[in-house]
Amino acid sequence: MTLLEQVVTIGICVLGTVATRALPFLVFSEARPTPKFVQYLGKALPAAIFGMLVVYCLKNVNLLGSSHGLPEFIGIAATVVLHLWKRQMLVSIAGGTLCYMLLVQLVF
Amino acid sequence: MAVKTNGTRIRALKAAFPYTLPIFASFWFLGLAYGIYMNVSGFSFWYPAVMSLTIFGGSLEFVTVTMLMSPFAPLQALLLALMIQARHLFYGLAMLDKYKGLGWKKYYLVFGLCDETFSINCTAVAPEGVDRGWFMFFVTFLNHMYWFTGATVGGLAGSLLTFDTKGLDFVMTAMFVVIFMEQWFKEKKHYTAFIGVAATAACRLVFGPNSFLIPTMVCILCALTLFRKPIEKAGGLSQ
Repeated sequence: MTLLEQVVTIGICVLGTVATRALPFLVFSEARPTPKFVQYLGKALPAAIFGMLVVYCLKNVNLLGSSHGLPEFIGIAATVVLHLWKRQMLVSIAGGTLCYMLLVQLVF
Repeated sequence: MAVKTNGTRIRALKAAFPYTLPIFASFWFLGLAYGIYMNVSGFSFWYPAVMSLTIFGGSLEFVTVTMLMSPFAPLQALLLALMIQARHLFYGLAMLDKYKGLGWKKYYLVFGLCDETFSINCTAVAPEGVDRGWFMFFVTFLNHMYWFTGATVGGLAGSLLTFDTKGLDFVMTAMFVVIFMEQWFKEKKHYTAFIGVAATAACRLVFGPNSFLIPTMVCILCALTLFRKPIEKAGGLSQ
């Protein structure tokens, strides 16, 4: 690839990203009220999206592999327990991550 | 007047910073990894620096490295970019009303609407006395800078790092788990959370680990449309 072709390729990736981020805002302008169905989606989507992102993070876990997804399961359990107990976002995230790192470095 | 706006900005920056700390950890880890990957693939640090600033989307940037090392294929690059980034359409739909009426800041907020920024700006509420627009602006800006600096340092330092970071990428999973729980606490009924988890898990099983996100989004949209009446009747969605 020449430098120009590289610049164009990166530019296309910027364009594709901005397009997906901006499209909803372009379609539903500030001037007109947002349609009821889209308002409903706006409220119903977040919980579904966060569920999707959690599963997405685990996409490469192989339940039939050597560790059977146990480090991931224990790491998530630790995060959930910490968060139910202290309800401190940073504590739960740091604790869960530390637990997972120890598991994959020392145990599994 | 100038003093007053300065105070507004500093208060918003102070309020936003703690929310972005987990993202600092995950972006520096992933950003470093990305910069190092570009470095060992033979690119100067200018590439991760410019790409992290302009694309600002982790998964696509990794794929772009492969594109840059292949023959020039602009149409394929566009299709791939749109497919990888399609989930952002959902973020925009969910943030339509929150990002309303914020003037010039809105353009930057929309440009920087990545997974992590969306998660915080969607769930966190600016504290009493803190300007909502500036709060969300700084969440976006800090995340943007974490990613940019991480990627650039990775591109510069290359393979000098030696400490064992195996498993640090779990910080992202842990963060989404916590945000999922926070959203769960905010809602009285959890139908849509179940739909999200079940649709994604099912599509991951059917379509494999590399191409399940778009079918997942279609399934979620269909389920939310199909069950709109019962979901709205049950109520309990957060505002």
